[in-house]
Amino acid sequence: MRAFTYERAKDAVEAARIVAGRPDAKFIAGGTNLLDLMKLEIETPTHLVDVQDLGFDKIEKTRDGGLRIGALVTNTDLAADERVRRDYGVLTRAIVAGASGQLRNKASTAGNLLQRTRCPYFYDTNMACNKRKPGSGCAAIGGYSRQLGVIGVSNACIATFPGDMAVAMRVLDAAIETVDGGGQKRSIPIAEFHRLWGDRPEIDTVLKPGELITAVTLPRPIGGRHFYEKVRDRASYAYALVSVAAVIQRDGTGRVAFGGVAPRPWRVEAADALLPQGAAAVTARAFQGATPTRDNAFKLPLATRALASVIAQAKA
Amino acid sequence: MQFDTPATTNPIDRMKVVGRPHERIDGPLKTTGQAPYAYEHRAIANPAYGYIVGSAVAKGTIRSINLDEARGAPGVLSIVTAATAGKLGKGQMNTVKLLAGPQVDHYHQAVALVVAETFEQARAAAALVRVDYARATGSYDLDEALKSAPLTGGDSGEGSGAPPVDRTGKFEDAFAAAPVKIDAEYTTPDHSHAMMEPFASIAAWNGDELTLWTSNQMIDWGRGDLAKTLGIPKDKITLMSPYVGGGFGGKLFLRADAVLAALGAKAAKRPVKLAMQRPMMVNNATHRPATRQRIRLGAQPDGTITAIAHESGSGDQPNGGPEAAVNQTKLLYAGANRLTSMRLAVLNLPEGNAMRAPGEAPGMMALEIAMDELAEKLRMDPVALRIKNDTQVDPEKPERRFSQRQLVRCLTEGAQRFGWSRRSATPGQVRDGKWLVGMGVAAAFRNHVNRTSGARVRLGQDGVVTVETDMTDIGTGSYTIIAQTAGEMLGVPAEAVVVKLGSSAFPVSAGSGGQWGAANATAGVYAACVKLREQAAQRLGIDPATADFADGRVSGGGKSGDLRAAASGGELVGEDKIEFDKLDKTYQFATFGAHFVEVGVDAYTGITRIRRMLAVCAAGRIINPVSARSQVIGAMTMGAGSALMEELAVDKRFGMFVNHDLASYEVPVHADIPQQEVVFLDEADEKANPMKAKGVGELGMCGVAGAIANAVYNATGVRIRDYPLTLEKHLERLPPIV
Amino acid sequence: MADRPELEITRRGVLASGAMGAAIAVAPGAAVAQNAPEPQAPPTMPVRFKVNGRPQQLTLDTRTTLLDALREHLHLTGTKKGCDHGQCGACTVLVGGKRINSCLTLAVMHEGDEIVTIEGLGTPDKLHPMQAAFVKHDGYQCGYCTPGQICSAVAVLDEIRRGVPSHVQADLTKRPAASNMEMRERMSGNICRCGAYSNIADAMADVAGVKA
Repeated sequence: MRAFTYERAKDAVEAARIVAGRPDAKFIAGGTNLLDLMKLEIETPTHLVDVQDLGFDKIEKTRDGGLRIGALVTNTDLAADERVRRDYGVLTRAIVAGASGQLRNKASTAGNLLQRTRCPYFYDTNMACNKRKPGSGCAAIGGYSRQLGVIGVSNACIATFPGDMAVAMRVLDAAIETVDGGGQKRSIPIAEFHRLWGDRPEIDTVLKPGELITAVTLPRPIGGRHFYEKVRDRASYAYALVSVAAVIQRDGTGRVAFGGVAPRPWRVEAADALLPQGAAAVTARAFQGATPTRDNAFKLPLATRALASVIAQAKA
Repeated sequence: MQFDTPATTNPIDRMKVVGRPHERIDGPLKTTGQAPYAYEHRAIANPAYGYIVGSAVAKGTIRSINLDEARGAPGVLSIVTAATAGKLGKGQMNTVKLLAGPQVDHYHQAVALVVAETFEQARAAAALVRVDYARATGSYDLDEALKSAPLTGGDSGEGSGAPPVDRTGKFEDAFAAAPVKIDAEYTTPDHSHAMMEPFASIAAWNGDELTLWTSNQMIDWGRGDLAKTLGIPKDKITLMSPYVGGGFGGKLFLRADAVLAALGAKAAKRPVKLAMQRPMMVNNATHRPATRQRIRLGAQPDGTITAIAHESGSGDQPNGGPEAAVNQTKLLYAGANRLTSMRLAVLNLPEGNAMRAPGEAPGMMALEIAMDELAEKLRMDPVALRIKNDTQVDPEKPERRFSQRQLVRCLTEGAQRFGWSRRSATPGQVRDGKWLVGMGVAAAFRNHVNRTSGARVRLGQDGVVTVETDMTDIGTGSYTIIAQTAGEMLGVPAEAVVVKLGSSAFPVSAGSGGQWGAANATAGVYAACVKLREQAAQRLGIDPATADFADGRVSGGGKSGDLRAAASGGELVGEDKIEFDKLDKTYQFATFGAHFVEVGVDAYTGITRIRRMLAVCAAGRIINPVSARSQVIGAMTMGAGSALMEELAVDKRFGMFVNHDLASYEVPVHADIPQQEVVFLDEADEKANPMKAKGVGELGMCGVAGAIANAVYNATGVRIRDYPLTLEKHLERLPPIV
Repeated sequence: MADRPELEITRRGVLASGAMGAAIAVAPGAAVAQNAPEPQAPPTMPVRFKVNGRPQQLTLDTRTTLLDALREHLHLTGTKKGCDHGQCGACTVLVGGKRINSCLTLAVMHEGDEIVTIEGLGTPDKLHPMQAAFVKHDGYQCGYCTPGQICSAVAVLDEIRRGVPSHVQADLTKRPAASNMEMRERMSGNICRCGAYSNIADAMADVAGVKA
């Protein structure tokens, strides 16, 4: 870990201004992903701006009947919120399927959206990785890729977004609210938040330098039955091989997003429309153009079968 | 004490302390965080911190190392490389040297140690060490390398060995003639010990004398190999390892942390402490090698096995040894015509070596599926097939009997307890919601090994009994069973015994490995206690031959006295070792068991979850049923990992294990493991040692993965012969989803 | 200051993407010189928090994790370093009553916090009920993960009492029960390679007053 200076921000715009002004500066909130990566010098900030005092730790009702989740709300608190459990069950389900109790107590809502891939070649600094070191190549291609992406990936990078929470937020059509160093605010639909790698896999999201996440908003509840089916080798404390977030209405319509398969939570709205026709129809559409490797080709039938499991539960 | 005739009645048989469930005497220290592990000893003030740099290539040479930047980094005191370390030897137990240079033997082999004032400074400076490698072509593909690999015999260094080829009768003819047969290939992957405490050492020099606190299972091996590596006399080294945060074979041998701490302390002229960073542990250290196994079984329609062949291939570094996966097949089942053989390929992956139950663990993973497959072909219950082929003698040398063998009772009692009769003989029949449910069985088998073991027992003037031995407690319960043994021998409660372990200042013991620790180390304590009893009785004027030690008193011949009074005139010290001669020529010593498992396989996703586990074990006298049971449930848990998730993924291009941390090399977590049941048959093996005890710590690992695999087959009707049983190996052969 | 990009490229001397058999020569020191700072002490900061009820004041390298502050500076070595990357749970401590991995948080981020470690739960002479239950049920073997397991176990029972939901809860709107499956799921962030899980579940059930 490189040496760094540290300060605790008192004001969001000021924090954003500091980070925007120094390419070597980073925000830190829960720190559970950033410090992990700093120890390996995959992340090498020389200045940290701690945002824990900014007060973004509340969950409030929005005027249109949705929820505004402060960027610093911990995973535990978000999952435990009674309104979330009642009206956005898929979100609670997704959060408690991820990481461990200890990590969820520290991990923040914003940080969880920003967590970086778990590709083992990204994590090993002896290996080529375009995401870690632009232009160095991708050791994962042609390597061990069982965990890696099957769709939305590129010739430069086949990593996945590893999170669970964001997959649920994707079916809920969440939006990410930010502020920049000039005090400018914007709201980014989650569908547009995570980038596909293309030839710039080092850039994970559409955030600009120094742009600070202040909240995530959820539209008003959409009813239906909520599911998060996470498939992994061990029963807990493991990343998804494939996950399915779904909200299914009584008439069989609904929404579905997949985790563990792509650079972003993978949802194809045109595939949602095929839900009444069954799992195979949905995944055929959602995974059209998939480019799996030999190691991870199983994720395609697995996605279908995991969704079928969800549909069966919805019918039960 | 020479043990060369079976034990007769002795003080241990009273079983007032030994054999009773006893909480661990080290429990209050461990549960309050007061037990000091290697990195935590505070006897040395102001240590500097070391951080290891590992090789970025698997095979090649170091052309140059540029240390300029690292040396200039804040806080750096010294940097050790092969070029600066002076001439180093290689430990006798090490296949590969522990510091690379100029030759690199495997990925993450240590190439440098940075020593700095603080941990943070050492870590940062380590990233500034610039190494220029010339990468060489290596051999990393086991299947490819086995095509031309020679037949090789060998021993894992932990007791499991086999010759290159071993034949009894005429296997080929018998197999050809057998009316029912199976011929199948099985694969097991590379496994990592993944013990929770990383390799860690603190080294301090005083002139030419070295004190090393470390985490090692075998004090004397570690001390000897450290002396050999550093080129100094063994008696100049004091090595201490009173608490070991898990080893499983990974800490049997001297490792890089110990060597580098010693070299770093010498270079920095300061004590140095270091712990290997977790992401380096997998490739820097040893691992259980992958195997490719072929098993052929031929049987009569009544289930009598007439032909049995087990061939295994594995790989290791040059001059390494094979994974002796055929070992148990020489002994477990009857059959007149037998063949075992092993091939060993040269690989440039990290060093393969012993991991919990080397040989038997991967061997039983294959053999016990093969038995299940044969049972199905015979339309015979798999429990019945195993019983049918029980043998009370070494099938290759019928004149050698097993000293004790209750495999059949383990199977029958286990079947009854588990409700085996409710198992559907036809697979894929039982459904519980989305779960396909199945049951599986496997035999458990692991040899018991006799090893010399010494101890010293003191009776202080204050009446306190103190045992000193270099035996280690790696979670096995050594502290407690040694206290129980001395307590039984001297007629005092276990709580009254002070146990000091894990120092080279104490008599050399069997150490912890090969499930030989408990039985041999306590037998060594027994021998030392016999010496102390003689002295104590004499002091009290009682004939040692008839003296009875009970309730803190010594009595005999009408006389009686307080044990503590025996030492009132000065401390008594009894020291001896247990040694074995010829009994293992006459008898085969082994431990037995039966594993029963029920699993659910998600009909949609193919994920397997274990629902119930039972092990019935026959392993001689159980010295402490509490810690012995824990050894078995722990082994069952590790076995569950090997069945369902554990696999070091090999990158055949770069010659390294890709998933080299605890997030990507998955081992079981709480949620994976149901309530486990363990039953010990009441046994005492008087031919084994005066404790009449045998090993148990690895027995629980042997066969459990096979039982899980058989349960998965019983649930799904899809046979997987390639471990671990991850979902993609049967997903598309599962019943179709609607 | 620039992030020394030239060096990043050759940090380990060889890049996996390089042609097999070839090696990329290491950049000479000259590439560093332009921006290299004089060797200087790394930034340090003061921090104050309470550990096991006692106020502590430390001045630390900003890089110091809470785990290393406890172990190396306060010599509270009951909290263990198993992986240093949030992958094992051996470093679990309670901060503000909630369990976290002390390896993945900086000490300087804990100004004013109340931290409880295994040493603060009980002592060998006066065990916390959970520590006593671990001894009684043999909920450990090598002991290295044990302090983290116990801290986590204490917090898990509290989380169940407070109604924090879990992955295995059938109905999210109901309060969780201290069932065997609930405790196993919630304890899954604490790896025990010795495999004491079944006994730990018994110990927790004993403390929770339920059947395992």
